[in-house]
Amino acid sequence: MEKFTTLTGIAAPMPLVNIDTDMIIPKQFLKTIKRSGLGANLFDEMRFTQDGKEIPDFVLNQPAYRNAEILVAGDNFGCGSSREHAPWALLDFGIRCVISTSFADIFYNNCFKNGILPIVMPREVVDILMEDARKGANARITVDLETQTVTSSDGKEFSFEVDEFRKHCLMNGLDDIGLTLEKAASIDTFEKSAAQARPWV
Amino acid sequence: MSPKTLYDKIWDAHIVDTQDDGTCLLYIDRHLVHEVTSPQAFEGLRMTGRTVRAPDKTIAVPDHNVPTTLDRLKGIDNPESKIQVDALDKNAKDFGIHYYPVSDVRQGIVHIVGPEQGWTLPGMTVVCGDSHTATHGAFGALAHGIGTSEVEHVLATQTLIQRKGKNMKVEITGKLKPGVTAKDITLSVIGATGTAGGTGYVIEYCGEAIRDLSMEGRMTVCNMAIEGGARAGLIAPDEKTFEYVKGRPHAPKGAQWEAALNWWRTLYTDENAHFDKVVTLKGEDIAPVVTWGTSPEDVLPITGSVPAATDFSGGKVEAAQRSLDYMDLKPGTLLKDIAIDTVFIGSCTNGRIEDLRAAAAILKGKKIKDGMRAMVVPGSGLVRAQAEEEGLAQIFIDAGFEWRLAGCSMCLAMNPDQLAPGERCAATSNRNFEGRQGRGGRTHLMSPAMAAAAAITGHLTDVREMM
Repeated sequence: MEKFTTLTGIAAPMPLVNIDTDMIIPKQFLKTIKRSGLGANLFDEMRFTQDGKEIPDFVLNQPAYRNAEILVAGDNFGCGSSREHAPWALLDFGIRCVISTSFADIFYNNCFKNGILPIVMPREVVDILMEDARKGANARITVDLETQTVTSSDGKEFSFEVDEFRKHCLMNGLDDIGLTLEKAASIDTFEKSAAQARPWV
Repeated sequence: MSPKTLYDKIWDAHIVDTQDDGTCLLYIDRHLVHEVTSPQAFEGLRMTGRTVRAPDKTIAVPDHNVPTTLDRLKGIDNPESKIQVDALDKNAKDFGIHYYPVSDVRQGIVHIVGPEQGWTLPGMTVVCGDSHTATHGAFGALAHGIGTSEVEHVLATQTLIQRKGKNMKVEITGKLKPGVTAKDITLSVIGATGTAGGTGYVIEYCGEAIRDLSMEGRMTVCNMAIEGGARAGLIAPDEKTFEYVKGRPHAPKGAQWEAALNWWRTLYTDENAHFDKVVTLKGEDIAPVVTWGTSPEDVLPITGSVPAATDFSGGKVEAAQRSLDYMDLKPGTLLKDIAIDTVFIGSCTNGRIEDLRAAAAILKGKKIKDGMRAMVVPGSGLVRAQAEEEGLAQIFIDAGFEWRLAGCSMCLAMNPDQLAPGERCAATSNRNFEGRQGRGGRTHLMSPAMAAAAAITGHLTDVREMM
């Protein structure tokens, strides 16, 4: 997994609430057996017409936002299915950070497994950052995971919360499985005692 | 000892390790696997030379991509779908996990197969790379969806790195009125709390109306916990649960059954246990409902009318307007006046035998409206076989329904069962998102009986008028 430390980039505004995983990556693109290449179909049905032409109004099709690395999104971003294809598609497009008032639990969790930082901010801060994002390519937002701050293009600084363990893994690009396998002895012990207590499992 | 919720008890019984910041390593008792969210995980194991730690606790079945037409054993036409199903065949074989291939009568939707085969038991931790894993909570199991990285993590370690969620109680008091079903309960809860109302929580459903539900009804309720934002929904196991589980192929037997029963009987929320959030609905206030928009929270009684965007506030105004445009609905239109052209009965929400019985009871001796496309997709091969034995299949066929083989089908339209742009469907599935059942397709969620009624009249219908 790629590390996440700091990021200064263009933020695209997506104020719509309840952006679901079917919008982020429609099901016809889940038939892949790879993790890569999904960026071309990120937000496919919002971004392209049925015959594959770009819909000019869609934010990521606008010249200012084509290279966006941050999304500032409406409430409950990523609701719906558990498909990790959603963060894979965001990452493949180049999005490394999503800022919203709230995220669906599974999506939020999936982001951390892929080097994407989801940031929960109070509504008034999301509103400020949304306005900032609307300024387009000249407005660059800075995200610093070490200091847990987001800085708007005009220098306003906001702090955010993140679990220590998730932060540690993201900052160091750590593989969860490797970390857990270091605890293999504890898993063995648990399995032995569980086999006694609940042999039917 | 301080009083514990059901969630607390199951959580505590599965902790392998706790870090200083509260992050836990949780042991997983059952890992269900399907073809869409697992290939990258198995690939990850191969690349790192890892194996499946507990193949005996890992159960795979293809469901999302499989065709449901009667000729499906000839093979899958769509090359990408075929690759995914073939990959699952190979992965199941290579890693030695339990497997129900397409040709097996026990094949079906993973969340229907698990309980049916007795893999899902009270007090277990159950995960699957699918958000509707919440279904298994009906047994008093802690069950939730995970992403593919976590699928790989569970395959390799039989554990998950987890932060504990908060406790939420959803109580449905009293009795349901005639024509009101588990689907109406679960949709009404989402209508009341919103799609983010359960975010960060594990829901325990309780109250007389929940106790009165069959196991299948309870599965319908828990299935849609995720649509209310909660990763998991739970119902405390009781005699109905034990009765349902007893004798299933992978349920404990003999002395182990007695031992299991002893533990299962301790799985309830202690008196005075703390809930961080409580929602109470009166059973008698719940009506047969339908969705009008593109979020499962867009729920109204069938007697209602389409709202205006201005009826809402905040970010929902824009979202509601977008929904109305997408659904091509005018505010003020009676829901009963909305014409449909497709009916889909099936899915992990409503693809079990009782769902088919409820729909067949409405359809018996009747015909669907001319020009209507209607299909029943049983949740598993065994559900299909039972429906044939009970004569339900013939009722559906006589009414004009297509009688299909088991799979996820038009719930998410990854297989050839899809809506065309502008088509409008009465569906017993769980999501009415834009494009969910096919690009440009319009979905109204409802119970199986309501969907059957709509198939006959050609428009959304109050099933109580046909009972």
